[in-house]
Amino acid sequence: MLLTFTDVFKRYQTAEGPLTVLDGLSLSLDGGETLALTGESGSGKSTLLHLAAGLDQADAGAVRIDGVEIGALKDTGRAAMRREVVGLIFQQFNLIPSLTVGANLAFHARLAGRHDAAWQADLAARLGLENLLNRYPEQLSGGQQQRVAIGRTLGARPKLVLADEPTGNLDEATGDGVIALMLNLVRETGAALLMVTHSQRLAERLDRRIHLTGGRIL
Amino acid sequence: MTLTVALSALLSHWRRRPAQLALLILGLSLATALWSGVQAINAEARASYDRAAALLGQDRLAQLARRDGGAIAQTDFVALSRAGWLVSPVLEGTLRLEGSRLRLLGIEPLSLPAQAETLDLGRGGGDLLPFITPPGLLYAAPETVKALAAVPGLPPLRASPNLLPGTALTDIGTAQRLLGRPGEISRLLVLPEQPMGRANLENVAPDLALKAPEAGGDLSRLTDSFHLNLTAFGFLAFAVGLFIVYSAIGLAFEQRRVTFRTLRALGLSARALTAALLLELIVFALAAGLIGVALGYLVGAALLPGVSATLEGLYGASVPGTLSLRPQWWVSGLAIALIGTLAAAMQSLWRVWHLPLLAPGSPRAWARASEHALIGQAAAGLGLLILSIGLGLWGSGLIAGFTVLGALLFGAALLLPVLLALVLAGLQRLVRRPVAEWFLADSRQQLPGLSLALMALLLALSANIGVGTMVSSFRLTFTGWLDQRLASELYVTARNPAEAERLTTFLQGKVDAILPIWHIEGSLEGAPGAVYGAADHATYRDHWPLLAALPDSWDRVATGRAAMINEQLARRARLKPGGSLTLPGGWQVEIAGIYSDYGNPEGQAIVNSGALVAHYPTVERLRFGLRLAPGGVPALMAEIADQLKLPADNMVDQATIKRRSLDVFEQTFTVTAALNVLTLGVAGLAMVASLTTLSAMRLPQLAPVWAMGLTRRRLVRLELARTLMLAALTFLAALPVGLALAYVLLAIINVEAFGWRLPMHIFPADWLRLGLLALLAALLSALIPLRRLARLAPADLLKVFAHER
Repeated sequence: MLLTFTDVFKRYQTAEGPLTVLDGLSLSLDGGETLALTGESGSGKSTLLHLAAGLDQADAGAVRIDGVEIGALKDTGRAAMRREVVGLIFQQFNLIPSLTVGANLAFHARLAGRHDAAWQADLAARLGLENLLNRYPEQLSGGQQQRVAIGRTLGARPKLVLADEPTGNLDEATGDGVIALMLNLVRETGAALLMVTHSQRLAERLDRRIHLTGGRIL
Repeated sequence: MTLTVALSALLSHWRRRPAQLALLILGLSLATALWSGVQAINAEARASYDRAAALLGQDRLAQLARRDGGAIAQTDFVALSRAGWLVSPVLEGTLRLEGSRLRLLGIEPLSLPAQAETLDLGRGGGDLLPFITPPGLLYAAPETVKALAAVPGLPPLRASPNLLPGTALTDIGTAQRLLGRPGEISRLLVLPEQPMGRANLENVAPDLALKAPEAGGDLSRLTDSFHLNLTAFGFLAFAVGLFIVYSAIGLAFEQRRVTFRTLRALGLSARALTAALLLELIVFALAAGLIGVALGYLVGAALLPGVSATLEGLYGASVPGTLSLRPQWWVSGLAIALIGTLAAAMQSLWRVWHLPLLAPGSPRAWARASEHALIGQAAAGLGLLILSIGLGLWGSGLIAGFTVLGALLFGAALLLPVLLALVLAGLQRLVRRPVAEWFLADSRQQLPGLSLALMALLLALSANIGVGTMVSSFRLTFTGWLDQRLASELYVTARNPAEAERLTTFLQGKVDAILPIWHIEGSLEGAPGAVYGAADHATYRDHWPLLAALPDSWDRVATGRAAMINEQLARRARLKPGGSLTLPGGWQVEIAGIYSDYGNPEGQAIVNSGALVAHYPTVERLRFGLRLAPGGVPALMAEIADQLKLPADNMVDQATIKRRSLDVFEQTFTVTAALNVLTLGVAGLAMVASLTTLSAMRLPQLAPVWAMGLTRRRLVRLELARTLMLAALTFLAALPVGLALAYVLLAIINVEAFGWRLPMHIFPADWLRLGLLALLAALLSALIPLRRLARLAPADLLKVFAHER
């Protein structure tokens, strides 16, 4: 298994007291598999994704990527895991505003030490970004920015792609186009995909679907 | 009502961000404090000059003085009185007493006009009789009376609060005796009511000219350059402080952009919104102004003793060492705070006034300059630099000098962000590693937010380098010059002519040479000056520091028909070797050479001592420089003290006089150095302000990089490196600006202000120290934001990505 959650708990302190976001959750994901994670707002979807990326830590239970328990790693270990194994795609795109589109596309791959110019050029062309490489993120539309974010992640050829509402900021037609591209490229690279979405329609395009309610799988 | 509601909504911002409010008030208070502190010192000094000038009604009464600046003969006074002129004689001179100077004014109380009366001598009796009959009375300020109590040979002392410290008033006969100038009158006060049909001045005393009353007087004119210097530094500190204010106001306006739009959408007019913001700013400006003026009082009070000592040492001007509370600078301090705030807020207010109601809600980075704005800024910077160079080449006068300086500093400051952006872009092209590339690109993106603080740092560092180079160049030149100029091993001053006679007889055969140091004071080319007599001796040929001279210049001086003049007189009157000069009394001499004369604000000429005595028979002949083997100085001093009973205070060896001169020199720049340090402190605060406020906006840039695998520890290190790199680059940019500033100070300002030009020396060790100080300031200013980043919980970074939980 590439990714496993075993009896994972996560709580947050709020003004109204402690709030349980993940309540003994367990799931697994194979290499090359695509999984959609749906659920209402506050059901714990993004938290699950953050734990999978090592951005946050579980209060109890184990999260393993490629057999390595992330909770046992130190900060540097978790950072190395994000750099080399995981790729993240955010709803807000979160591109680096100070770098050009070309530099953004290559950034994660270069960080991971896996930069492949030919692959990047191919990605840019397939994402329709080849004429935008010298622009800055603020000069792009939302759809274009999300395509750069996808290219940035897949350029590093991660084993696991984690996508958090990747089309949440796009209109339906643009979103559909972006998802189709992303799924094609993910399958082509053999990466596993865990995607959080509100859209049942998008979820159905993935291999498997899980619905979260109150921090548990329904 | 609408305004009140709007104001309460706007003010709620500050309730939630008290630290930001504190920073705004602190920045404005500091800016006002440094400015009003300097103004307080200037006001105090100017008030003293006015009091000094008003002492004998000089500001209200016309006066008669000789056209050539010489002394008026008693016969002229008698002739004028007989011709019907109602005039009152005054003798003014400086009495040197045990290392200090006393400005002595001799008056004739019976003819003194009412406007000139400073003392109540009690015309019906009282002190009048003892005042005009030997040994006379000497009136002085209470502190001066205390200081003079132990000085022998003075008439009985009386205290008068109407007199300035360092000034004494006595009967003209007593003054003539004390100053050794019998029968001399400096000027005649002209009574306002003159009889009809009095004889024409041209017929009675053709050598005299009528001078209209003037406020301030010579002291005010002499010290103008010094006060302009202080004002310029005060203004620089104020401008640096305004960077903080501009930055804090700009940030608050950007943070409230959504609130502004909401208020407008809810029906508040642009006019009402701008009025509410203006009201808010005025309240802040007045509060900060009050704190600033109070702090300014403390700054002024702390610096005033140093300024007083400088003015005394340089110009012989007496300024009280304590500050009075003057309503006019409270008002001017508040006004400058208000003007500064409004100037700093003008751009933000303009934006609010023109805020489109339906603008897209995309968050706009605070103070993010578009390329267009950057180009505009660069053009303005270049324009200022061109203005500076143009004025430097073709301008003249002190105001033009300071404009050169201001245009240079602010032009360089405006160009700094552009220059840094170019350097970072160039470096970015050179690096290959992704983190380095991101680091440089991200640094470039931070520039607009940091540029104000970096510009403030550039101003402070340039000022430090420039002023430091000037002072150190001055010190080096001055020390070398003193070594040349103070060639005599011992300086002795007799107490009276008889003692001088005994002294010279006694010294025959005991020393290699006895060099007279005699002088008269008078007008040179229309300004106060002095003429010194020098013996025809190798000491002058070997040691005197000449800047330009005719061949055999000292031989020409020895003939009695030529004079050496100091640099300041040469520059002021545009005199050259070979030209001619009229000395007091109408004595025409050829200019044989020009010598450097640092630290002296007045014109000076040196003639042959024999010729000096011949032209000015009443010259005081009490002071001598003695040439002898340095090892013999202590023994000779002991011998003179033992055999001639000359007090120790009347003998000064070369080392002591050098030390005293250097003390005066160091004191002169104490205030400048203090203002420099304060300006650097304000710039440091601007850095703290910018980095702290920017750090709150850094998360969206840092979180994605963290998410892609950079640890928080590494991010902290990179943030620190960025701050240090920008400070280091700013320091490198400040070096040429500082050196250019030093050049302007040495070659333009000093020449205009003091009349002398100094060679420029460079001091790389000082730069290294300042560079390390700049890095330390940057490190300290980055500590709070870095600590915050290091302690940042992952949850805070996650908020950047989270749209729900």
